[in-house]
Amino acid sequence: MTTFIIRRLLQLIPVLIGVTILVFSLMHLTPGNPAMILAGENAPDATVQAIEQRLGLNDPLPIQYFNFLADAIRLDFGVSMRDNLPVADHVMPRFWVTLELAIYSTIFSIFLGLIAGIVSAVRQYTISDISIMIVALFGLSMPNFWLGLMLIQYFSINLGWFDPTGWGSPNQLVLPIITLGTAGAAIIARMTRSSMLDVIQQDYIRTARAKGVRERYVVYKHALKNALIPVVTVIGLQFGALLAGTVLTETVFAINGMGRLLIDSIQARDFPVVQACVLIIAVIFVLVNLIVDISYRLLNKRIDLD
Amino acid sequence: MSQKELLKINNLKQYFPIKGGVFGRTVNNVKAVDDVTFTIYEGETVSVVGESGCGKSTTGRAILRLDEPTAGEVEFDGTNVLGLNKKDMRKMRKDMQIIFQDPYASLNPRQTVRQTLVEAMDIQNVVPKKDRANRVSELMETVGLQPHQADRFPHEFSGGQRQRIGIARALSVDPKLIICDEAVSALDVSIQAQVLNLLKKFQDEMNLTYLFIAHDLGVVRHISDRIIVMYLGKIVEIGDKKSIFNNPQHPYTKALLSAIPVPDPDKKTERIFLQGDVPSPIDPPSGCRFHTRCPFATEKCVEETPELRDEDYMDGGHQAACHYIREIESGEHKPTRDTSKVRQV
Amino acid sequence: MKQEENILEVKDLRTSFFIEGEEVKAVDGVTFDVPKGQTLGIVGESGSGKSISALSILQLIGHPGKIVGGEINFKGENLLDFSEKQIRQIRGNKISMIFQEPMTSLNPTYTVGQQIREALKIHQGLGKQKGTDKAIELLELVGIPSPQKRVTQYPFELSGGMRQRVMIAMALACNPELLIADEPTTALDVTIQAQILELIKELQQEIGMSVIMITHDLGVVAETCDYVAVMYCGKVVEYADVRTLFKNPRHPYTVGLLNSLPRSDVDQEELIPIKGTVPPPHDMPEGCRFAPRCPFATDLCHNHLPELKDVGDGEQIRCWIYTDEWDGDPEVKVYEPERTSENK
Repeated sequence: MTTFIIRRLLQLIPVLIGVTILVFSLMHLTPGNPAMILAGENAPDATVQAIEQRLGLNDPLPIQYFNFLADAIRLDFGVSMRDNLPVADHVMPRFWVTLELAIYSTIFSIFLGLIAGIVSAVRQYTISDISIMIVALFGLSMPNFWLGLMLIQYFSINLGWFDPTGWGSPNQLVLPIITLGTAGAAIIARMTRSSMLDVIQQDYIRTARAKGVRERYVVYKHALKNALIPVVTVIGLQFGALLAGTVLTETVFAINGMGRLLIDSIQARDFPVVQACVLIIAVIFVLVNLIVDISYRLLNKRIDLD
Repeated sequence: MSQKELLKINNLKQYFPIKGGVFGRTVNNVKAVDDVTFTIYEGETVSVVGESGCGKSTTGRAILRLDEPTAGEVEFDGTNVLGLNKKDMRKMRKDMQIIFQDPYASLNPRQTVRQTLVEAMDIQNVVPKKDRANRVSELMETVGLQPHQADRFPHEFSGGQRQRIGIARALSVDPKLIICDEAVSALDVSIQAQVLNLLKKFQDEMNLTYLFIAHDLGVVRHISDRIIVMYLGKIVEIGDKKSIFNNPQHPYTKALLSAIPVPDPDKKTERIFLQGDVPSPIDPPSGCRFHTRCPFATEKCVEETPELRDEDYMDGGHQAACHYIREIESGEHKPTRDTSKVRQV
Repeated sequence: MKQEENILEVKDLRTSFFIEGEEVKAVDGVTFDVPKGQTLGIVGESGSGKSISALSILQLIGHPGKIVGGEINFKGENLLDFSEKQIRQIRGNKISMIFQEPMTSLNPTYTVGQQIREALKIHQGLGKQKGTDKAIELLELVGIPSPQKRVTQYPFELSGGMRQRVMIAMALACNPELLIADEPTTALDVTIQAQILELIKELQQEIGMSVIMITHDLGVVAETCDYVAVMYCGKVVEYADVRTLFKNPRHPYTVGLLNSLPRSDVDQEELIPIKGTVPPPHDMPEGCRFAPRCPFATDLCHNHLPELKDVGDGEQIRCWIYTDEWDGDPEVKVYEPERTSENK
């Protein structure tokens, strides 16, 4: 196991280097001179040159890259082009909001998805199974901004139960979490169902029954643990996707999260902020994958054989 | 034996690397086949027997280069098989066919039997195009199927019938050697007998040579002329069928033969129970690989690897790889420890 | 012979599978007895219904299969009248089962100890410590070296033979009165098979349990069983004590099996296969199921199904030849021992 974790951590290095190179090139692949963009269209040459000097834009590219890398490791992404405040000040508060949203939504997806999937599998081909699968199909196919709008219309405007906008108090949380978590719940439900149906056919389930184990324990103790193995992967991928996919939900519910910050910054050509956002999302994505791989191993001891 | 040598295997080795550690380097090898030498003469049936992991199937695959052997020589009909390029190897496969245990897995499910058979003839270009339809009908009849069944797909046949199709495909290119890799193991006895009789009939009619890989010693006794017994990648005993079954010399062969349940409730056999499992082929035991389970093992067996050899009372090319063949036979060398128990059944 | 007490009496058991509205009769009126302390072999080829019969005893048939009729009398009580809860108290306790595939029959995500403890907890209420002690004891009983270490290992860390020993340990945890072994050695190598069969025999003598041994291997039957039921197409065609079955087989199917069996203990000139193949389950012949493949079949056989009839000495046969209605050659010789005798 330790060997495995060390190996996976070592494998992260090239991935992260690749990501930083991509993010770094953002600055340099975009048309125009970054210094010129920073200085503004009508700035005098002297100002542009001064900025170039300050940002080290005259250094050879590899050196610029290493400087960027060294700064990024210290979470220093320079200053925003819009207000000259440190990028971290922009990104970090927004990042926590988005992280919260993603975590809560994932928990919601797991909770709902697992229950729905298990019920569906245990009662295969009954009305409950068919209804759950139809609802899941809807959940999967519905664009989440539309779901968000419908939820606001019904629960906020018609019934007045929840706040339609913002993030913080409990009644602001419910609708965005449902909006963002529904598709994930649908995917997890479908995955859990098929995985459970597969596991329930296995010989060791028959062995458990032959031992006199109650049907409930056969399902929750013997089948579920094995069925979860492929589901864990899906959950991990879902979480990564949520983190990057909060933009629409944040827009619908006017939440000041990283997704919106990213969009705003792209529109404002605020490259340092864009870089920081992309890098954070990429790093989280990679880390989540690592965690998935490790938990996969913990659940499935067989793979540890190598 | 003055017959023609058809297949000569010299010092064949097949190692499969195991990757591991932080950098995924090759940390060790599975020594599936480790220095195996034997010869098959034209028109005979040689069986390779042994338990799982002994390397019998790997040997068959290595001969056909389905897995490229690590080292050694394979000479077929005077040609060095391992030296052939891809194109010549394909031509060579016309003469060396294989039938697998699971015929369903080795037949293309989207091709009718006719297409499968014609394709085989096409690749090897054995029968003129216009005669192929006739040849398909002929083959179907030969293996005991109706010619009109040739236009069906593999899933429309039963297990025994599919194995017949596998045989028909092998026969379609007029091979000299057929490797039967557990070819009848998955079949029920009543069907197995049909297929075994068929294989025997073709051998007589077409002077075929079989390398028969099997774990069922009843089948092996019925079909073979000579037998090779393998244990953990090495040949422990080789000889003609009568000598092996009536006069086994290697302690492993004795244990293996005595372990087979006999369909006769009155028969009293001395059963030698081997303790424990076959060790891993990754780090096989030193010296004689059987020493960890052998009732007769000594220090010498741990240190020295026995070579295949015979004693003057062993005839017909019968050889065994054991330090104490004569001594055990004469009762001079007694079991050295109680790893086995001998019991009247 | 028949005076012995039977621990299990199966009468006219019927188990069907309902696939797309069609009924496939996998077990079609199966009757057999298991005398107390003895071993009954159920032998047959694939599709004969032998495994389904065994699973039916503990009602382990899942959807779309269903037991549609018959009686399973265990110590005088019909298990088919039991509630789900009652049958659970029998499973793994009074009647245990081991299966063909030791590689897949153990749960990969629990340790050997956890899996053995489970049965002890359900049926005897043993806690973790006591359960572990008993599990170690059981592993020792089934001949697993260093049981203290093995008890904490996962199934993938064990070889096939070891896993089957674990399965047996698990089955024996609550001292069952009947052990159903469904092809317990089919997936194992022959030297390991010898160990496992020997182990089952020893334990049977030690504990005094009865055994049902389901197998397709006539060698295993000859060596381990006291009585044998031969099954073909969901029906028992011959039931006899083991000596009678091998020395004087009477049903043409049993004879066919023996004649087509390649033997390792004697030289045979030729194998005599049974012609044709097993009929598909949805297209069963109207008369005797074996008639299309039987060398002696007459019109009577093709059109009318024979009953399983007592022919004396506790032997039962399902064949017209042994009835008064037989319309074929009255001197017919079904079994000629010289055919399979040694001709060295």
